[in-house]
Amino acid sequence: MSQIFHRSTNTFSRITIFGAVFILALLTWAFGELSRSTYATQAGVDREQPVPFSHAHHVGGIGLDCRYCHTSVENSSFAGIPPTKTCMNCHSQIWLSSPTLEPVRESFRTGKSIKWTRVHDLPDFAYFNHSIHLKKGVGCGTCHGRVDKMPLVYQERSLQMEWCLDCHRNPEKYVRPRADVFRPDYEPPEDQMALGRRLVSEYSIENRTSCSTCHR
Amino acid sequence: MSAATPPLQPPIVDPAQTFGSVTDKISSIVLSKKSPLVWLVGFGIAFSLTMLLLYSIGYLLVKGIGIWGVNVPVGWGFDIVNFVWWIGIGHAGTLISAILLLLRQTWRNSINRFAEAMTLFAVACAGLYPVLHLGRPWLMYWLFPYPNTMGLWPQFRSPLVWDVFAVSTYASVSLLFWFVGLIPDLATLRDRSQHRFARFAYGILAMGWRGSARHWQVYDTCSLLLAGLATPLVVSVHTVVSFDFAVGLIPGWHATIFPPYFVAGAIYSGFAMVMTLAIPLRKIYGLEGLITMRHLQNMAKVMLATGLIVAYGYMVEAFMAWYSGNPYERFMIWNRMTGPYAMGYWALIFCNVIAPQTLWSSKIRNSVPVLFVLSIIVNIGMWLERFIIVVTSLHRDFLPSSWGMYRPTVWDWSTFAGTIGLFAALLFLFIRFLPMISIFEIRQILPQAEVTEPQK
Ligand code: HEC
Ligand code: HEC
Ligand code: HEC
Ligand code: HEC
Ligand code: HEC
Repeated sequence: MSQIFHRSTNTFSRITIFGAVFILALLTWAFGELSRSTYATQAGVDREQPVPFSHAHHVGGIGLDCRYCHTSVENSSFAGIPPTKTCMNCHSQIWLSSPTLEPVRESFRTGKSIKWTRVHDLPDFAYFNHSIHLKKGVGCGTCHGRVDKMPLVYQERSLQMEWCLDCHRNPEKYVRPRADVFRPDYEPPEDQMALGRRLVSEYSIENRTSCSTCHR
Repeated sequence: MSAATPPLQPPIVDPAQTFGSVTDKISSIVLSKKSPLVWLVGFGIAFSLTMLLLYSIGYLLVKGIGIWGVNVPVGWGFDIVNFVWWIGIGHAGTLISAILLLLRQTWRNSINRFAEAMTLFAVACAGLYPVLHLGRPWLMYWLFPYPNTMGLWPQFRSPLVWDVFAVSTYASVSLLFWFVGLIPDLATLRDRSQHRFARFAYGILAMGWRGSARHWQVYDTCSLLLAGLATPLVVSVHTVVSFDFAVGLIPGWHATIFPPYFVAGAIYSGFAMVMTLAIPLRKIYGLEGLITMRHLQNMAKVMLATGLIVAYGYMVEAFMAWYSGNPYERFMIWNRMTGPYAMGYWALIFCNVIAPQTLWSSKIRNSVPVLFVLSIIVNIGMWLERFIIVVTSLHRDFLPSSWGMYRPTVWDWSTFAGTIGLFAALLFLFIRFLPMISIFEIRQILPQAEVTEPQK
């Protein structure tokens, strides 16, 4: 009877069995990478806004404090998006003829809000609260990155649950003195761990990892 | 069996069979171009039911599990009932192939192949249910521990997680065992088939088997090792399944008798299913010489024994309810016997406890039609048992204000019928394309295989 298979089939099938292990490992790895990639999380992707409002100009350049616009950030879960009136405090005086500002002026005339595109948006089943984080010494920059250098805001972190938990498990890696939470250019000191541990006990920060903290 | 002791029981295989006749008989079923009419009709029906299953699953994916009858307080319905039932059925295959191999019960050689196939297909049907009842089945990979973006591990203290491991190990070991057992026969088919494609396909599956002495030696070691691996699974898988219930603090579930009682029940229903399948198969394909009365009698005895253990389980449940003095347990068992599902309970007692007692009579054990009917009764009984356990414990919650009833919807039934179809369809394909009886293992138990020392 003639041979059905060539001799090389033996080697080939051995390699296949051996290779299957690696292919499986590779697939798992690729899946992990993909689910953390900026494609899945949309981190680092800036959004089209109706007005090209630049934090780099207003925060980095003019040096406005976050609370000037995000007024409720200290005492509410929601940071707050400024009403058109806030813009008009200055833009009723300066850059009056700028065409890019036309939507702002129109909104002020008609009383219709500007429709900003949301950048950070947790799923509705996750509860987040700004005020507690600021009170316990977590700065805007830790979660939002160098907003003062962003011409258009983009999401700096993945906002995945593992990211929240990484800090909730080890807050000492990230906390800073309360006085510095609004400083956009804050850099953690060399001895962050020592400072962190001190602050954790000073502000009596707890490790909040129970599911009902965020899934209420 | 040596010739010195006259066989008291019918022989394992018809003594008239030879190496050649066995090989011809079994391989011709696969290699012939024609399928019997029964096969075509049966496969047609099974295939339609499989389509019904796909349709039901599709609808489920679109609509969510609201299409099923499950709701508070009965959150586990047909999904879990059928899961436990199918998993249980699988157990006979593993018992036959692993434990009986280690115990050198050669009579198993005629039925182990298709019993193992039955195991695999039953596990496939069983595995569908827990996945479907997740609510978002496409996220089923969350069941496995892997470094996910939620920074979470599954709850290792939960028996539901143990279940994932128990069932997936079971499925993979069964698959491996079955496949390894097939290799020598696949080589036989490769060598006998005329068609180019068939030779190629069987050739790949046979993995270069040449039947050399070295091959056989490795093969024997391998199958013993696998049998060793599979043996604990016969006990462990259904034990873990029973933990799903026993670990919960629900009257009627929270009982230490559950693991042994579930394992016995699993083997009971499994053997009933093997019997349900073996009887028509041997008739249709004329395999009475290979699957003999001896096999049917042995299986009937196993059924009788495991049936008694199960009956003991029912007794202990009722006794403990009374003896513990716990009002909830007492209410539960009373409600089982006289409540809205009492019909189901008594039907199950009839099917599982009373009807099988007829097996004490050797006349009954010798009557093929009666055995067939009994095996179906036991299958129904074991299904009812799971239904009663799952539903009666849940539908009377601790607070009477949250009492409810469970009524399966048409989608519950269609999914159930669908898995039966899937099971049957896989079985039909198996019968058509693979040798349903192990050729080489039958050859080993033929009189012809007996080696006699040459007289000097
Ligand atoms: C002049 C007003 C103003 C100031 C000051 C300001 N912001 Fe904003 N911020 C806005 C406006 C308007 C938006 C909405 C448009 C956008 O997303 O770019 C916004 C959006 C954001 C967003 C994204 C919100 C989303 O949609 O997810 C973040 C984060 C943010 N600001 C952080 C800061 C931080 C941190 C500071 C201080 C360092 C700051 N902002 C100061 C006006 C301001
Ligand atoms: C404290 C005063 C002040 C406030 C409040 C303020 N701006 Fe401005 N804005 C400025 C100044 C000053 C410039 C010019 C910055 C530069 O070019 O360096 C500017 C520039 C801009 C420009 C660029 C205009 C162009 O034609 O290039 C836009 C767009 C703009 N602001 C939008 C807004 C919006 C929207 C708000 C309200 C959320 C706002 N600004 C609030 C002071 C302000
Ligand atoms: C612990 C991390 C963290 C810190 C610290 C933090 N944010 Fe946020 N911020 C978030 C998250 C997460 C969201 C998305 C919230 C959501 O979708 O519900 C968000 C959303 C926002 C938004 C959009 C509106 C909203 O509330 O959903 C603004 C504006 C904002 N942050 C500004 C700030 C400013 C200003 C600070 C500092 C004073 C700050 N954030 C500090 C995590 C943080
Ligand atoms: C960089 C550190 C950090 C990150 C990132 C962070 N948190 Fe926090 N979070 C804290 C600290 C510190 C506290 C205060 C703990 C305490 O109560 O002492 C806190 C508290 C909370 C609380 C309030 C707990 C309570 O008991 O009321 C919620 C809710 C919360 N975080 C949600 C989130 C969510 C959701 C995310 C991710 C999107 C997140 N946090 C990311 C540091 C962080
Ligand atoms: C610090 C806040 C926080 C805590 C504590 C937390 N989660 Fe989350 N969880 C989140 C956030 C934010 C998301 C959404 C982001 C994402 O999908 O990764 C999320 C998403 C999830 C999801 C994915 C849901 C979906 O449909 O995509 C699951 C499941 C989940 N959490 C389970 C848990 C469990 C279980 C616990 C307790 C062991 C827990 N979480 C504790 C913040 C938290």
